[in-house]
Amino acid sequence: MKHTISVLVKNEPGILSSVCDLFSTRGFNIESLTVAATIDTSFSRITIVTNGDDIVIEQICKQLNRLINTIKVVELPKSADKCIDRELILCKVTAKDDARNEILRIAEIFGAKIIDVSTETYTIEFSGDTRQVVTLLALLKPLGVKELVRSGMVAITRENQFINLDR
Amino acid sequence: MTAEQITKTDKMTGARVFLECLKKEGVDKIFGYPGGAILHIYDELYKFKDIKHYLVRHEQAALHAAEGYARVTGKPGVVLVTSGPGATNAVTGIANAYYDSYPLVVFTGQVDTKLIGNDAFQEADIVGITRTCCKHNYLVKNLVELPKIIKEAFHIAKTGKPGPVVVSLPKDVLTSRMTFEYPERVNLPGYNPNYEGHPIQCRRALKLLCEAQRPVIISGGGVIHSEAWEQLQDLAEKLNIPVATTLMGIGTFPQDNELSLGMLGMHGNYWANLAVSNCDVLFAVGTRFNDRITGCLKRFCKDAKVIHVDIDPCSISKNVHVDIPIVGNAKNVLNVILNEYKTGEYKYDNKMREMWIKQTDLWKSNKPVFAVPNGILHPQTVINHIYEKTKNLKTIIATEVGQHQMWTAQLYKFTRPRQLITSGGLGTMGFGFPAAIGAQIADKDALVFNIAGDGSIQMNIQELMTCVDYKIPVKIAVINNGYLGMVRQWQEKLFDKHYSQTPITSPDYVKLADAYGVLGLRITQENQIDEALDKAINYNGPVIMDFIVEPFEMVYPWVLAGKPINEVILSNEADETGKGE
Repeated sequence: MKHTISVLVKNEPGILSSVCDLFSTRGFNIESLTVAATIDTSFSRITIVTNGDDIVIEQICKQLNRLINTIKVVELPKSADKCIDRELILCKVTAKDDARNEILRIAEIFGAKIIDVSTETYTIEFSGDTRQVVTLLALLKPLGVKELVRSGMVAITRENQFINLDR
Repeated sequence: MTAEQITKTDKMTGARVFLECLKKEGVDKIFGYPGGAILHIYDELYKFKDIKHYLVRHEQAALHAAEGYARVTGKPGVVLVTSGPGATNAVTGIANAYYDSYPLVVFTGQVDTKLIGNDAFQEADIVGITRTCCKHNYLVKNLVELPKIIKEAFHIAKTGKPGPVVVSLPKDVLTSRMTFEYPERVNLPGYNPNYEGHPIQCRRALKLLCEAQRPVIISGGGVIHSEAWEQLQDLAEKLNIPVATTLMGIGTFPQDNELSLGMLGMHGNYWANLAVSNCDVLFAVGTRFNDRITGCLKRFCKDAKVIHVDIDPCSISKNVHVDIPIVGNAKNVLNVILNEYKTGEYKYDNKMREMWIKQTDLWKSNKPVFAVPNGILHPQTVINHIYEKTKNLKTIIATEVGQHQMWTAQLYKFTRPRQLITSGGLGTMGFGFPAAIGAQIADKDALVFNIAGDGSIQMNIQELMTCVDYKIPVKIAVINNGYLGMVRQWQEKLFDKHYSQTPITSPDYVKLADAYGVLGLRITQENQIDEALDKAINYNGPVIMDFIVEPFEMVYPWVLAGKPINEVILSNEADETGKGE
C-alpha cells in the first residue's frame, strides 16, 4: 500500500539520515523523497512516498515522531479531495521531422512547457500528479526519451489541514 | 575576585566550559579513559576539584559502570572517552543503556572540525555509528553551542523514556574560548514526552479491571524509571490482582507478597506464564512486550483484553495488540487510577478474585527440579546460599548474562526496586562486573555482589584493577561450570549435543586474585559456601569467589524460542516425554 508521509524537521545535518534509517532498517524502499527548507528556514519539510503495510507504517510514523529533531509527522490522506500532490519532470525528447509537431501537440494537451530547443531535441517541463506524469511519459516514450529527471512528490492538504508549527 | 566573578567575566577554554556545564548539571562523578583528542579536558580536570574521575581499564567498562551508577541513583551516568577507538569501544555500553532505557550522557573526543571526514588519526564517525543505538546525539561544531547542547543532552537523557545521549567534542572546540553562560531552559519543539495519561482512558482501564474475572498485572522496567512501585503495589492490593514482573521489573513488586507471581517469560515461573496465558484482562505497565516475555506472539493472551501503560507511544501495539492504550508516566497514570478508585464508584467481585488467586496458587506447585541430581555443587544451591546470607543486608546484585543470570532472577527473592542490576534488552556479557563497580560508587554503604559466569567474567575482568585502585569492595561470585552454559543448554536440546565452541577454560581465579591484589577463594562443596560468603562479606575489599559447579545443569522452567509461554519445560524428564520440538 502506498503512503505519503510529510515530516517537519529541524533544518540540521544528520536528521535526514535518521529519517531514512527508520525505513531502511525495516527493508522498506523509499519510492521518492523531497527535502527543502520551509518559510522559516530553520525548519525543513521532508515528503516521503513509500510502500508498506499499514501497521508497520504506523509504527514508523510513531518512531519518526520519537526522533528529537522531528517537529511533526503526518501521513497525508490518499484521496484527491483532501490532498494535492505534484511531481515535476524535465524530459529531453528526440524531436526530428514529424515528431517535432507531434511533441508540441502532446505538450499543449498536457499544458507542458518547452524550455529548451535544439535541432534534434525538445526539453519539456511538466508538473502534475503522478497519474498525469505517467500518462505523459507513456506518450513521449515511443518518440524517444533521451533523458528524464523526475522530482519526488510534494503534497499539501486542502482547506485548513495545514501541517505547520502550531505549538 | 571571587570564583563566581571569574566564571562570569573571563573567557574560558572549551575544556573548562565543559566542566563548568557538568557542575551546573550537578555531576560530581564521571567514568572515563583519556586520549589524544580529549587531552584538554583531562588537563582541566587535573585542576578541577569538584568532579571525581574514575579511570577504568577499557572504555566499555566505563559505560557499564556509569549505567550501574544510573540504575542505583536514578541520575544520568556520565562518561568521558576519547575519539576513534575510545568512542567505538563505548558503543556496546551505549546500546546496552538504550535497550534497557537508562540515562547516560556520553562525551566522546573528536578530531579537529576541519579534519572531520578526512580519515584523520583516531577519527570515527561516532554520530553516524550511534545513530540507531542512542536516544539522541550531537556533534558540537562551535564552542558557543556547547552549553546549550549539554543542557539538552541531560534533559533528553533523563526525561520521557530515559536513554543514552552522545555528544562528540572536536578538539578545536575544546581549545577555543568563550564567556561562560549556562542556559536556564531547553528549547526543543520536537520533544514533548507525554507524562499525563488521558483521564478517560484511565477510567476505562479501571472499569475493565473491575469487570475482569481473571486479571493479571505485568510490571516492567518503566515502573522503576517512573518510581511507581508504591502505586503499583497499592493498586494490586486494593483490586486484589496478582502481579508478574518482567526481568527488568524485578523488585517493583516484593516477591514475598502473596499476590506476587514472580518473573514471567522464557525462564519465568510456570505459574506466572500460566496466569498470563489464562487471564481475561492484562494490565501491562512499563514493558515493551519483548519476545522473551511473550513467546509466540499469535498465542500470547489471545483471549484477553490488554491495557498498556507506557511513556513511549512506539511501545504500544508494536508487538501485542492493545485494547486500551495509555501513553504517560506510570506513576501519574497509576495515581489517576487510584484516585478514581477512591471515589467508590468502581466495585469488583472479590469472591471471583479469590477463586482466581486460589487457582494461581495451585499452579505454584509446578516447581522446576535439578536437571542433574548428584553430589556435585549445584549452581542453584550457590544462589540460594548467597540469598540467605545477604537477605537481611542492604544488598545490590549485579549479574552478567546467561544461566547464572536466570538462576539469580529466579531464586534470589528481590524485595526492592533497583536491587537487581542486569542487562535485559541487549544481553551484554561483561556488563555485570563494571556495573557492580558503578553501583558501589553510587552507594558506598551497600553490599554489592556480582554474580557472574565463567564466560562473562572474562569479558571485563581487567576491571579488577579499577576495584583495587579505588578500594571498591565488590564481591564477585563466579558460577564456574566450564561452559558458556546458556548456549550449551540450547546446543544440548536443539543441536544434538554438539557443544560447538562452548567449553571455555578459565584462569586460576585464586591466583589471578592474588596477582591483582584482591582476595580469592575457591569453593567446591556445599559445606564450604557459608564460610566463604562470611569471609567475603566481612573482607574490606574486592573478593573473587570461584564456585566450581555441575557443568550440565539446565535452566528450568524453559520456553523454547517461538513457543507459546504456557508450553514450559520443567525438567529433563519432561523433556524426554516429548514436549518441545
